[in-house]
Amino acid sequence: MLVKVSINGEKHEADVEPRLLLVHLIREVLRLTGTHIGCDTTHCGACTVLLDGRPVKSCTMFAVQASGHEMTTVEGLEQDGKLHPLQEGFMAEHGLQCGYCTPGMLMTSVAFLKKNPKPTEDEIRLAISGNLCRCTGYVNIVKAIQHAAAKLQGGA
Amino acid sequence: MAPKTSPEVGGMGHSVRRKEDPRFIRGKGTYVDDVVLPGMLYLDIVRSPFAHAKIKKIDAAKATAIPGVLAVITGQDLAKYNLHWMPTLMSDTQMVLPVEKVMYQAQEVAAVLATSRYAAADGAAAVLVEYEPLPVIVDPKKALEPGAPVLRTDKKDKKDNHIWHWEWGNRAETDRLFTEAEVTVKQDIYIPRIHVASIETCGCIAHFDKVNDKLTVWMTTQAPHAIRTVFALVAGHVGLSEQNIRIISPDIGGGFGGKVPVYPGYVIAVAASVLTGKPVKWIEDRMENLQADSFARDYHITAELAAKKDGTLTALRIKTLADHGYTDAAANPSKFPAGLFHVCTGSYDLKAAHVEVDGAYTNKPPGGIAYRCSFRVTEAVHTIERMADLMAHQLGMDPAEFRMKNFVKPEQFPYKSALGWEYDSGNYAGALRKAMDTIGYADLRREQAEKRKRGELMGIGISSFTEIVGAGPSKHFDILGLKMFDSCEIRIHPTGKAIARFGTKSQGQGHETTYAQILAEELGIPAADIRVEEGDTDTAPYGLGTYASRSTPVAGAAAAIAARKIQDKARKIAAHLLEAAEEDLVWETGKFSVKGAPNRSKTIQEIAFAAYTNHPQGLEAGLEAVSYYDPPNLTYPFGSYICVVDVDKGTGEVKVRRFVAIDDCGNIINPMIVQGQVHGGLTMGLAPALLEEISYDEIGNIQGGSFIDYLLPTAVETPKWETGHTVTPSPHHPLGAKGVGESATVGAPAAIANAVVDALWHLGVRHIDIPITPPKVWRLLREKGVTE
Repeated sequence: MLVKVSINGEKHEADVEPRLLLVHLIREVLRLTGTHIGCDTTHCGACTVLLDGRPVKSCTMFAVQASGHEMTTVEGLEQDGKLHPLQEGFMAEHGLQCGYCTPGMLMTSVAFLKKNPKPTEDEIRLAISGNLCRCTGYVNIVKAIQHAAAKLQGGA
Repeated sequence: MAPKTSPEVGGMGHSVRRKEDPRFIRGKGTYVDDVVLPGMLYLDIVRSPFAHAKIKKIDAAKATAIPGVLAVITGQDLAKYNLHWMPTLMSDTQMVLPVEKVMYQAQEVAAVLATSRYAAADGAAAVLVEYEPLPVIVDPKKALEPGAPVLRTDKKDKKDNHIWHWEWGNRAETDRLFTEAEVTVKQDIYIPRIHVASIETCGCIAHFDKVNDKLTVWMTTQAPHAIRTVFALVAGHVGLSEQNIRIISPDIGGGFGGKVPVYPGYVIAVAASVLTGKPVKWIEDRMENLQADSFARDYHITAELAAKKDGTLTALRIKTLADHGYTDAAANPSKFPAGLFHVCTGSYDLKAAHVEVDGAYTNKPPGGIAYRCSFRVTEAVHTIERMADLMAHQLGMDPAEFRMKNFVKPEQFPYKSALGWEYDSGNYAGALRKAMDTIGYADLRREQAEKRKRGELMGIGISSFTEIVGAGPSKHFDILGLKMFDSCEIRIHPTGKAIARFGTKSQGQGHETTYAQILAEELGIPAADIRVEEGDTDTAPYGLGTYASRSTPVAGAAAAIAARKIQDKARKIAAHLLEAAEEDLVWETGKFSVKGAPNRSKTIQEIAFAAYTNHPQGLEAGLEAVSYYDPPNLTYPFGSYICVVDVDKGTGEVKVRRFVAIDDCGNIINPMIVQGQVHGGLTMGLAPALLEEISYDEIGNIQGGSFIDYLLPTAVETPKWETGHTVTPSPHHPLGAKGVGESATVGAPAAIANAVVDALWHLGVRHIDIPITPPKVWRLLREKGVTE
């Protein structure tokens, strides 16, 4: 089946099996390997991407379901050589260690801060509870998101 | 302690931002599954639904008829090359693919090679296997009963399911102290089977280049060099020779011990690539990872502690049954089948101790590897810290006061433990006092007393752990005969920049940053100018890898020693440049100057340039050094953790309200990274304390084989950790450092378990096995007559 998607502002077309998972379209057909796979059951969130601005777990969607939609992956966060405040925040606050969950964590946080620009700590923790991290214990991820929230507020 | 170097140099003590992060936050890391080679084939594995069964027939016809499926590989195929069995790291044997029978649910039965991931999965689903189920043993106690069916029928002379018996300590003296003890406590403690569940699963790409006779394997491994040697030893007879094997461990998405072993999938992929001459990728999915990769723990412990009436501890006696699944595939130093479990006297000054462990075979996956912990140290710490609390409560003493009374005192170091370890340094009372001050211990006890009057359940738990890491001195430590040294090779370039390579492999610990900081500290070259590489056996010096918190204690020490060799040569070059005698030169970070004439000096960068452009006659050009560091002793990080829990009487839910962790890992390289390691370690301590367990039903069906029912903590269950530290340098480590990656995982579960028991002690609860889940607590509360 023909799939037409826009990823990070670029249009792509691919002829794929109907059963191809969206994450495999992104990683293996389009070779954007920043989006990771960590489980088979939609629990870990390592594969989170934005579909029309909403975070989705790309391991639990078919590629064909994304046809005609706009997507953003972690590779699309940096604009004109400028990092997204969340990317800055994760580095500044040591919000990552092995880096494997980081892209999914970033994408969930991007969507969350758009919806809730001034979150409380509890709201942040709830928002990222669909993304598992085995390294950081989440404390610094929360700080990274607060860091970005403050920066986005200041810039607005 | 203030850092010696400027922030620009970024030596020890600076929270330097991580060099790894720019690629990771852009999604530009390179993990194994990101690597794609031209013409690459995919491997998928058929797994057994039975925990113990004869294989009567494997029918591959339907699978091979699927477009894209090239071959179905079975044990019979591997047997032709004598590759159907392999040795484990404990010198037991493990099937790569079975010929006669399967020994656990999810065991590899056959492998499907195909041109795409999907075709391989289709093929695996289409392989028809006929089984004849056999009696299953999941309980190690039953496995050792007389008359139990012998599981390892492959071992000709094996008449039972007993693997080994190991004991340590002075039995007679321990027994004597128990006989004359005024107070004793005894407790059965089960530390269940759990799984590290790094977010990246395991996998590899094996690429055998037939023309050049070279095998390259990109692999999720924490120990690439040892793996290379293992491959050469296991497959030497089919022509793999060590100089032609290259293991590349790229970015690793978390390891925690789970990426130390050699799993059958790796070996099958290598065999398939050698046979086809094509690259072969094998990536396990999460369920395969949880169901078949090496587990951790599974220790059935009976512990006894003896004391005088005044609370002075005298002796410890432990018997343990270790469930190893169908083969002993632990990753312990070969001399120690129960790892370093005999650090179980912990932080306490005991007169004598004795510990026995028996290993048993069952129909479960192999393992006994670490879960972010140095060789069975969590098992040891959990036992002694639970027992210490039990004894304190039994005596009616405050658990903090009881610990203070029994701690090894600062003036006793170096301290010889009752089980023979020489603890390098410690100030246990200092760490506990700081934890008590930070959390406001006295106020919490008052609050608890008031709440108890109102019928509310609040508990305070302490864990004052001592770890043993940095394996290890070559006299006692080897894995498959390979001594547990580690290495650093430094090359200083003419422009004063450097590259350094190590025998370890980071899986998130930030080695690219912290090793550069060590070299910056020693050489004065800014950390930003030092590139650190690991994980490629064609370029890095040989080392035993990263696990058991050994990178800083061993490879970090190698970095310091190699840097000091560089400094020695730099002194000769500086003497030549400054026309001064070597002994008249003084080193201060980054430069040599002439004693009494500080303006006559040469920087390390000037010296590096001269090493290639103006080196003294009689001295070799260049500025390089290598160190293979054999530690004189292990290091003994320690800490005190205090946890406050509230127990919901209605649901049985345990809420960790506060958790203060005071760690002492000696001198600190990067405070930001150390704190991050502690945060992560605490969360992997919370996990088995409250959530994680892999259990089996009576016919060996795994319970908890996916993230649906194996629960990792999310940001919601994880408390806001409060951390701090004391600094007691290691006297034998060149930097005074000790290692920190696992301390919190080791220390935290006991603090949480102690807090929950403390909350319920007045109801008559003496012990709860982890994980302390809501149903477990709910049932206990109902038993004790507590209602909402």
